[in-house]
Amino acid sequence: MSMTVVLSQALLGLNVGVFYAMLSLGLAVIFGLLNIINFAHGAMYMLGAFIALIGYSFIERWFGISMEIGFWPSLILAPLLVGALGILIERTMLQRLYKLDHIYGLLLTFGITLILQGLFANYFNVSGTPYPGQPESLSGVVNLGFMYFPTYRLFAIVFSLVVCFATWYFIEHTKLGSRLRAGVENPELTQAFGLNVPLMITLTFGFGCGLAGLAGVLAAPIYSVSPLMGADLIIVVFAVVVIGGMGSIMGAILSGLALGLVEGLTKVIYPPAASTVIFFLMVLVLLFRPAGLFGKEK
Amino acid sequence: MLNKWTKGIAGAVGLASLALPLTSAAELSDDKVKIGVLSDMSGVYKSLEGPGAVIAAEMAIEDFGGTVLGKEIEIISADHQNKPDIGASTAREWIDAEDVDMITALDNSSVALAVQGLANDKKIITMNTGAGTTALTEEQCTPYGIHYVYDTHALPVGTATAIVQNGGKKWFFITADYAFGHSLTDNTSEVVKNLGGEVVGNVNAPLGTNDFSSYLIQAQSSGADVIGLSNAGQDTVNAIKQANQFRIVQSGQKLAGMLVFITDIQSMGLETAQGLQFTSAFVWNQDEEAEAWSRKFYDRHGAMPTMVHAGVYSAVTHYLEAVKAVESDDSDKVREKLGEMTLNDFFVKDGTIAPNGSMLHDMYLVEVKKPDESTEEWDLLKVVSTIPAEEAYITMEETKCALVN
Amino acid sequence: MMNRILFALMLIAGLTAPFYAYPVFVMDLLCFALFACAFNLLLGYVGLLSFGHAAFFGGGAYIAGYAIKAWGFPPLVGILTGTGFALILGIGFGYLAIRRQGIYFAMVTLALAQIIYFMALQLPFTGGENGLQGVPRGMLFGFIDLNSSLAMYYFVFTIFLVGFGIIYRTIHSPFGEVLQAIRENEDRALSLGYDVNRFKLFAFVISATLAGLAGATKAVVFQFASLTSAHWQTSGEVILMTLVGGLGTVFGPVLGALTVGALSHELSSYGSWVQVILGTIFVICVMVFRRGIIGELERQFQKRR
Repeated sequence: MSMTVVLSQALLGLNVGVFYAMLSLGLAVIFGLLNIINFAHGAMYMLGAFIALIGYSFIERWFGISMEIGFWPSLILAPLLVGALGILIERTMLQRLYKLDHIYGLLLTFGITLILQGLFANYFNVSGTPYPGQPESLSGVVNLGFMYFPTYRLFAIVFSLVVCFATWYFIEHTKLGSRLRAGVENPELTQAFGLNVPLMITLTFGFGCGLAGLAGVLAAPIYSVSPLMGADLIIVVFAVVVIGGMGSIMGAILSGLALGLVEGLTKVIYPPAASTVIFFLMVLVLLFRPAGLFGKEK
Repeated sequence: MLNKWTKGIAGAVGLASLALPLTSAAELSDDKVKIGVLSDMSGVYKSLEGPGAVIAAEMAIEDFGGTVLGKEIEIISADHQNKPDIGASTAREWIDAEDVDMITALDNSSVALAVQGLANDKKIITMNTGAGTTALTEEQCTPYGIHYVYDTHALPVGTATAIVQNGGKKWFFITADYAFGHSLTDNTSEVVKNLGGEVVGNVNAPLGTNDFSSYLIQAQSSGADVIGLSNAGQDTVNAIKQANQFRIVQSGQKLAGMLVFITDIQSMGLETAQGLQFTSAFVWNQDEEAEAWSRKFYDRHGAMPTMVHAGVYSAVTHYLEAVKAVESDDSDKVREKLGEMTLNDFFVKDGTIAPNGSMLHDMYLVEVKKPDESTEEWDLLKVVSTIPAEEAYITMEETKCALVN
Repeated sequence: MMNRILFALMLIAGLTAPFYAYPVFVMDLLCFALFACAFNLLLGYVGLLSFGHAAFFGGGAYIAGYAIKAWGFPPLVGILTGTGFALILGIGFGYLAIRRQGIYFAMVTLALAQIIYFMALQLPFTGGENGLQGVPRGMLFGFIDLNSSLAMYYFVFTIFLVGFGIIYRTIHSPFGEVLQAIRENEDRALSLGYDVNRFKLFAFVISATLAGLAGATKAVVFQFASLTSAHWQTSGEVILMTLVGGLGTVFGPVLGALTVGALSHELSSYGSWVQVILGTIFVICVMVFRRGIIGELERQFQKRR
């Protein structure tokens, strides 16, 4: 086993890891504030990718308007639209469930996942449609010495890392972020200080969904856009979140990246275990540190 | 719901009457001939068979006149979703409650094996046009199973031989992880080894893989001359595209698509695919007769036919001819007649159906045209050479089918 | 009272079904009904949402199928082997999962079930994507030929009744009372001196075992063990069945399985719209119909009195 292979698979693992990180970050932010696991997070990711795809290839075909929304506008537009849908879901449905057992939130978002997946599966091939809108400026290949790596994938890695750490900085080190955390710690007291907690909750949910949508747009040029792309990913991300421990922003980011790497390296050592290694790690964490690597037992 | 259940009663009554000896002149069970098209309507193989197969079957029925022995020919279709359990339970219901007489398409080897096994228990003919595995006519052959268009033995004979003779001695396989992929890799490895080549490794990728990068990196580091792609449909397209992104070919390795359809080339584009050689049973513009049919198909489907689409038309037509000839849809009689016929139409020349169910016919080694050689959108392939049926298919002397020896 | 009426109805419908409906379809519904009842024991009576019950259903199916096909076990012994496997798996999963509560419990079971799914995909004996095909139905007790549709049907119906009976007895035993006390208020049950985790584990194992029984039976009916039965979507489906019929009611899951099963079957020609419709039902149930069909009926029934 040569060093080149290890480095190559590690880099590809990191490539997957940034998507784990972005998704588990969104889940952790939402969970931190609402105590709800958003099963629809994977569907939001899928939706982001589809908005980019439809914007690029289907507006003319479907609506007869000669228009094409490129990758860069999609990178802004898709998270906004997905975030807006998230806000709509929170305002009209989730909000009514807060008083009940939290599993109802999970069940509701599971139902929403089925609806979204089914809708797209009606109009698009379940095995994926290629996204042709990858920007020309990123279409090249970089020679890293140990391998040729598509420029776009490098961009996706760097961009995602920037987004992840910016989110972390915002929540942990800005005034607005500290209010948000206060809302998590003690909603009643925060409300008493004149902050609008329900609005904060709504916006946070929208933000978390938007992050998933953003990840979806980034993923579109790499993987084909498919109705099931989120479903396959979200369960792994659940395991990532259990391993990292909920409620910790940095924990979610780091465990996402690390587990992507672990998965990549497993492909070098023992390929058949690559799809299960994260779940086995989860079992180990549960046995020895049930609250997760970065979490505190509540 | 009630409606369906009452249909169930009708079906049960129909079945009961089957047990009674039939005395009418033209022996058609339940007074009609019903053909089931069971295909992948939503996934990896949608574009190579899928809805196009239903159109091809409809065209065959129309060209036949819509009736056989004065009775109507019906068609029913469903999506097996590439899941053998869904395929088998659909087929079971078709046979039990819908009185389907013949099932075709079956473009997924796992599904095909499950359905062929079930159809054998129920004495129903299957004319498989889409699936590849040789198990259908070898280890798991049945008296009612026919394998019509191609199999994993026929594919590498042309393709792998051509590549090894051009110096591609060391092979690494990326294999679709189910019956078809495994069968194709085994058969190709055999051809490669027989010609003095060597297989240096294999990696299994799940059906419907989106990201082949890590498999490709593994293949690259194996030091192989050739990366054999034992997959099909969208999987092949993704693998070839990503190999381009990671500069696999430019770094000196050759890609060999072991099963490629014209629809795959169309979606990859000639720029990416040019020069690729593979084995096919049919090219839509191979001669005037084929072209005339294909253009009619194009008008209805919006894409030129793959070999599998043409195969569905041919299979349905010949099935109906056999029913007409024996004046019955009794599976034993029809199957016997099909075995005696010499098949001839735009798709097949002098084909015969062997006792193991394999339809023996010539295959072609084809090459993807360069962009400047292509005269229209779908003018993508040229025939390099013809592979005679006796070389392409497993002969009756070699077959492991228990029905033959 | 209402339970007796419902039981009589169920018995009559079950005994006569093969004469007016397609038996294989009804057998499929029965397997899912048993599966949903087993699941309901956990969610409805202990308040634990397992999102990984497909692992037991699918695991039971594979082991039963393999035992019958490769080792030549008779059908009943094969089914019991599959069930036994689900029991052992249930102990392992339960031990891990009950360390966490609420939503974590759901996620942990989901992730654990994925391990089983990937094992079903990759282990050589399962046939991977092909599934485990051609499981012979064989002879029950050596003389009843299960290849006959009717014999198979009544065999399945008997298994269903036995499973249903076990669940009914469990719920209406002192053990079941404690479970419900845990669901209502875990801390109080703890302070009353009950070893809550032990009770939870017991309930989990019973639920897993019966889910395995349902899966093993399905494998014999269809002569097939497939990845679908171990897929997380199956776990989701059984939740929906329970929810539609009525959480924490005895007959709810049975009715839910019939409703959802018949609906998916009827709509199967509409492709992915089935998913959209099931998803919509899910949302409606969670938002405004949390008692489910039987739950609502019971409420009306009690109001009248």
